[in-house]
Amino acid sequence: MAQNETAEVLIDCQSLWKIFGDRSGAAMAAVAERGLTKTQVLQEFDCVVGVAAANLQVRRGEIFCIMGLSGSGKSTLIRMLNRLIAPSAGRVLVKDRDLAALSATELRQMRARHIGMVFQSVALLPHRTVLENAAFGLEVQGLPKPERLRTAEAALRKVGLGDWMQRYPSELSGGMQQRVGLARAIAADPEIILMDEPFSALDPLIRRQLQDEFRQLTKDLGKSAVFITHDLEEAIRIGDRIAIMKDGAIIQVGTAEEIVLDPADGYVADFVAGISRLHLVKAHSVMVPVADFLKSFPGRDIAGLLTTGPEADIDALIGLTMHSDDGAIAVVADGSVVGVVTTRNLLLGVKGTPAVAPDTGIARRA
Amino acid sequence: MSFAALRFSPGAVLAPFVDWLNANAHPLFAAISAVCEAVLNVIQGALLWPPALALIALVAAATLLSMGLRLAILAALSLGFCLIMGLWKESMETIALVTVAVALAVAIAFPLGVLASRRKSVEAVLRPILDIMQTVPPWVYLIPVVMIFSLGRVPALIATVVYGIPPMLRLTTLAFKQVPKDLLELGQAIGAPPRDILLKIELPAAKPTLLVGLNQCILLSLAMVVLAGLVGSGGLGGEVTRGLSRMEMGLGLRAGLAIVSVAVLLDRLTRGALQRGRRRPR
Ligand SMILES: Nc1ncnc2c1ncn2[C@@H]1O[C@H](COP(=O)(O)OP(=O)(O)OP(=O)(O)O)[C@@H](O)[C@H]1O
Ligand SMILES: [Mg+2]
Repeated sequence: MAQNETAEVLIDCQSLWKIFGDRSGAAMAAVAERGLTKTQVLQEFDCVVGVAAANLQVRRGEIFCIMGLSGSGKSTLIRMLNRLIAPSAGRVLVKDRDLAALSATELRQMRARHIGMVFQSVALLPHRTVLENAAFGLEVQGLPKPERLRTAEAALRKVGLGDWMQRYPSELSGGMQQRVGLARAIAADPEIILMDEPFSALDPLIRRQLQDEFRQLTKDLGKSAVFITHDLEEAIRIGDRIAIMKDGAIIQVGTAEEIVLDPADGYVADFVAGISRLHLVKAHSVMVPVADFLKSFPGRDIAGLLTTGPEADIDALIGLTMHSDDGAIAVVADGSVVGVVTTRNLLLGVKGTPAVAPDTGIARRA
Repeated sequence: MSFAALRFSPGAVLAPFVDWLNANAHPLFAAISAVCEAVLNVIQGALLWPPALALIALVAAATLLSMGLRLAILAALSLGFCLIMGLWKESMETIALVTVAVALAVAIAFPLGVLASRRKSVEAVLRPILDIMQTVPPWVYLIPVVMIFSLGRVPALIATVVYGIPPMLRLTTLAFKQVPKDLLELGQAIGAPPRDILLKIELPAAKPTLLVGLNQCILLSLAMVVLAGLVGSGGLGGEVTRGLSRMEMGLGLRAGLAIVSVAVLLDRLTRGALQRGRRRPR
């Protein structure tokens, strides 16, 4: 998102690698020297490349999604962000501090105060109540009991579990358990929350609900999040930016709209093929410049068109088009008309192709 | 070359070693002996100090509060049985011996078991040793111990400790290996210090299996303590041995039944603790 370009970088990964196996050191050296592929590393060294040369920046206030199929290295990558897994090569800077340079105590403090984590398996302690679970992070930080329980209570209220605090995890549904996991993470008030497929095990309805709640909550609290998913729709619903991973490498990073309209390669294109553009593609991507519009429809009165903003999505544009006489809508930004969306542009947008050529077809044939 | 020349006698190797220990490390063994005797005396004294009925009432009350009525009745019955059999003092001696032996076995086996669950190399070293310890017939333990500590309660105690270590150690390793990975990861991810991870995450998760190990350790120790009657452990084992050597059917039977009753008591109480641990979170 544009306003984020200037925000402080909270997590900075610089050409991160992770190679698993007994001879990972030798394999890493060989990769650096000879640039072996994943298959070659497996054949020569019997080592698995988990993450390969990953670069990414997560900025303050943004929700950064990492999307990829099973085995693409998402979990490995996110675990390097709080050093649950030590990288084979490359650096991770969190708030400008190199995780590798921290002492054990400093690393613990970094994890306790600045980087929260939510797991797919939820990881609740079965012998503790919901409240005690939510307070667990604060407990190991050494906060006095009344204080940590108060904070955990507030966190549980935020995720809508105010009435369940004295229950045990086994008495809760999967969705509620995941909320406890989220409450535990936000109770410690970290700047960054790492989430490894937190909603994957839930049924679709609960999942949608939690996605929306999570996004709202994260934005309300002003947190940043790295969110892993194998579901592109989920990434699009939740993420401000999305990174697509394949075989350990990040092959594209961008907003949902950028990725859908301009996939980096065939792999990404296949992924986005089935995604509905209705809420993704915005007016500014499908509009044509006023001059081009006038070239096709000379003498049309721009001022008489219905207007909308550049962030209006296709769904909204279709609604507007229904009310306009001639199917053309003016896109207005900062008080001036910056482009025009015609019905033809709209159809291209639904298909997922941005408005590249001037919209001259009708004029020529007419 | 004849077969006889190939024959290997571990005893021939071990005996000089034990002799050497006896000659050179005698003060150490004497000290160990003295400490063990002292601890045993304290516990025995504590068990025998109140009148038998008072102790039975106390145990029953404690069991009632912590584990419910059924186990309380069982505790009262099994202890009462020992009293009726006229073997109260011997039963208490045996319980004291088992208690100290189990405490020592756990103190040794628990840390080693945890270590083995964390380091593959430790486990690789321990495993064959445990295999041997568990397959050698128990009375064989008694020989070197008696050679070093001579007859009495201390060699019985030591042989029992050695016998009780393997089950506890194995189940400790198993218990800690079974702790769910994601809970350990949680501990790391929230920046918990190692002590908190051990006490607040691993121990509670390992508890059911640890209690199974404790139960095994107690029952095997009891069996060994009884066997150690052969080397003068006293207590119920001593009575069994006496019955055997004098061919006194009545004495042997009474002592045998008292042992069963102590075994049932100890077994049900540890199981009760186990079930209590399982029930709460459901
Ligand atoms: N501890 C490990 N030892 C060896 N190989 C591993 C280890 N952890 C992960 N891998 C390998 O690294 C690759 C990436 O695994 P990772 O768990 O990061 O994938 P993922 O994208 O999270 O997949 P999923 O969606 O199934 O969770 C896989 O090929 C996996 O087999
Ligand atoms: Mg994963």
